[in-house]
Amino acid sequence: MQAAALISAGQRSLRPLSRITASIAVLAVLAPILVVVFSWGSDQTEIWQHLIATQLSGLLRNTLVLLVGVGLTVSLLGISLAWLVVMCEFPGRAKFEWLLMLPMAVPAYVLAFVVLGLFDFSGPLQTFLSREMGLPLVDVRHEVVVILVLALVLYPYVYMLARSAFLSQSSDTIEAARSLGVSAWGAFFRVALPMARPAIIAGVSLALMETLADFGTVAVFNYDTFTTAIYKAWFGFFSLQAAAQLASLLLLFVALTLFAEKRLRGKRRYVQGGQLHHHFRHTLTPLLGWLVAAYCALVLTIAFFLPVAQMLVWAFEVGRAQIDARFMALLWHSLSLALQAAVITVAIAALLSFTRWRSTVRQRAFFDLAQLGYALPGSVLAVGVVISFTAIEKQLLFPLQDWLGLENRSLLVGTVMALLAAYWIRFLAVASGPIDAALLRIKPSIPDAARTLGATPLEVLWRIYLPMLRPGLLTAAILVFVDVIKEMPATLLLRPYGWDTLAVRIYEMTSEGEWQRAALPALTIVLLGLVPVIISIKRTVK
Amino acid sequence: MRSLLVLGLVVLLAACGEGPGSQKADEGLVVYTARKEHLIKPLFDRFTAQTGIPIRYVTDAAGPLLARLEAEGERSRADLLITVDAGNLWQAAQAGVLQPIGSDILSTNIPAALRDAQNRWFGLSIRARTIVYSTERVNPSELSTYEALADEQWSGRLCLRTSKKVYNQSLVATMIVARGEEATESVVGGWVNNLAVPPFSNDNKVVEAIAAGQCDVGIVNTYYLARMVAEDPALPVTMFWPNQNGEGADGRGVHLNISGAGVTKASKHVAEAKQLLEWLSGTDAQLQLALLNQEYPVNPLVSLPEPLKRWGEFKGDDIPIAEAGRLQGAAIRLMDRAGYR
Repeated sequence: MQAAALISAGQRSLRPLSRITASIAVLAVLAPILVVVFSWGSDQTEIWQHLIATQLSGLLRNTLVLLVGVGLTVSLLGISLAWLVVMCEFPGRAKFEWLLMLPMAVPAYVLAFVVLGLFDFSGPLQTFLSREMGLPLVDVRHEVVVILVLALVLYPYVYMLARSAFLSQSSDTIEAARSLGVSAWGAFFRVALPMARPAIIAGVSLALMETLADFGTVAVFNYDTFTTAIYKAWFGFFSLQAAAQLASLLLLFVALTLFAEKRLRGKRRYVQGGQLHHHFRHTLTPLLGWLVAAYCALVLTIAFFLPVAQMLVWAFEVGRAQIDARFMALLWHSLSLALQAAVITVAIAALLSFTRWRSTVRQRAFFDLAQLGYALPGSVLAVGVVISFTAIEKQLLFPLQDWLGLENRSLLVGTVMALLAAYWIRFLAVASGPIDAALLRIKPSIPDAARTLGATPLEVLWRIYLPMLRPGLLTAAILVFVDVIKEMPATLLLRPYGWDTLAVRIYEMTSEGEWQRAALPALTIVLLGLVPVIISIKRTVK
Repeated sequence: MRSLLVLGLVVLLAACGEGPGSQKADEGLVVYTARKEHLIKPLFDRFTAQTGIPIRYVTDAAGPLLARLEAEGERSRADLLITVDAGNLWQAAQAGVLQPIGSDILSTNIPAALRDAQNRWFGLSIRARTIVYSTERVNPSELSTYEALADEQWSGRLCLRTSKKVYNQSLVATMIVARGEEATESVVGGWVNNLAVPPFSNDNKVVEAIAAGQCDVGIVNTYYLARMVAEDPALPVTMFWPNQNGEGADGRGVHLNISGAGVTKASKHVAEAKQLLEWLSGTDAQLQLALLNQEYPVNPLVSLPEPLKRWGEFKGDDIPIAEAGRLQGAAIRLMDRAGYR
């Protein structure tokens, strides 16, 4: 399907085909979301009045603080780290370049729990400080800590995208600016940063959507956000309708933000010429170099080594007894679901990005709707999938089976299909970011020139698009793979019998407060997430 | 490019390898359970060994399981819904996804207060929510009732779990029945004023905070403390059974919640589902169920197993637990008004 779409781009007569397929994909994303939006048909005045009277303003304030805080922090961390490893030479640079991607594999709720366990009042640090030095004790469940925890695991989105953007900027552009008398900082702010802007914005918006949909992390800190209200309406007042209404407000907010961002960017395009990077790295003074290295090491230690070390200790305490046949099954389920989801999602995302790329601005807005799935809390999306798939089965598949004289059998709900659908609907935005960014850097004149020179559409796809898009496609696949392995709420609700994954296991243990016993599956998730990251590093870091 | 091809091949294998496994024949029971796998699977295994009836199950929180049951409607393959508190069972009954099961065995084994009046759900184990205190800084003679924790003497000394947890919602819901809404709201307001730190996300943290000296008293389910004491016998925190003496509401007993189950309306194996319920309420399973998580048996004929004896006998609140479900919404609204997060 993806190939068909890419081929068609150069060939006018085939273009409607790709457009129709892409539209179907958008509609598939919208189905479960529309279920959520249609919740407005039911009257939930009482719950709304209660929420408005008691909590809503506080929740909105908290959510806003979290968004601004996480947005600023991931930008600061992601851009600065990416720039430093691409443009400067300092001790350990080559190692840090790939090490800094690792925190992405750490689920936010895991870091939240480890941070709380170590630094909370009853944790070892404060116990030591108060006992040995008589220092006053502090409550670490502060909103700054919540922001930091989220930012430390989400910054790799910005880092990865910004890094590949900086890498693919031809150094002659920057050198040209420098030779025209622009300072190093000037070159960064006036040339490199604007050129990397699509990638950076894609990364930041991923981090923000993840923040909006997060429930696990804020729950560990008992920090109330808009998702808290969604879950309260659902689990407390048992009104799925009110929960869906709240969720649709969340969607509206995201849709408006996405729309505003696209408007701001307008028709500007940042393209690059044919030649790729052969960078000259700026060597820092020894002192500055070590400071930069210390900065990288600090981020990495808190975001990655600390939680991994803590989980290792716990896993060791519980012992290896947990590694049995059942554990291997969990591992296999996580792995195969993530692989399937990654391939499907990247294929659909590539099709959508490509169709979008070749569309008018107005048509683009329609294809942008496909990004919305990422902003829904996983369990709300999952319920949308169950409801819409059940309707499809009742209205379409069961009558069809009757007509064919077959026994009625559920083909969607309660099968891997439903789960994979939820994954790609949710993570389409994750895959689109890097692919869009890669597409935007291709000069439209290059494929056009190839066609004029007599290349067949297949040749254009194989020899121009695929090589130029490959880093973007690979990044997209890695992001989706890691996200699916970490995904918990949709997996819980939609998995068929016997398809328990590592994340399900973590849920089982942590919801009863037994974090030690969750350490092994959590550690395994981190390790699994590392594999694709390392593969990509081998390909991109020279 | 080659690695992409390899990846595609692996995915294909993955898709083929287990695809058909999810479509097994429609035999045995299907259970949707909010009770965690490791706290229920040993019992399922035993039941299957004794009766030959296989059990498949899906675990999740009660809310999503209920939503799934409702969406699937009469086509649902689930036979039994298990949750870990009465409120969720009450909601499931309200939603019309459970069916009444008439059974003399269940009526005998399970006290009336711990099951639905129309027999749509049944309690299977008791989860008592009690007061815990620091053995270093609190004399148990200072303690009496849940309500008394709102007194000024506990100012800056109380730790609570978040009001978002259904255990606290049930506690407050039953207090509304005992004392009325107004009095309950002033009690909850008093708790909030007495908090040493904002509410925690789980019961373990409450116990840890008391042990570390962040606060002196708290309210938790007994099995959390029991588990922690089993791991660290020197833990300077222990239990107090509140509301044991006195008139009326003061002596109504410890707040009891249940984990329980009901047969779904869509069930195609009602006889087997009923058999499982009856088996779970029997002496053998009750003892197991209690021991797995240090909860208390619902069956009055089962004597307390050894590890539970150390906490002593107590009088439980005999209010029909269904009330906790009926008043759950009211309790949440009340706690929101009182500023209890």
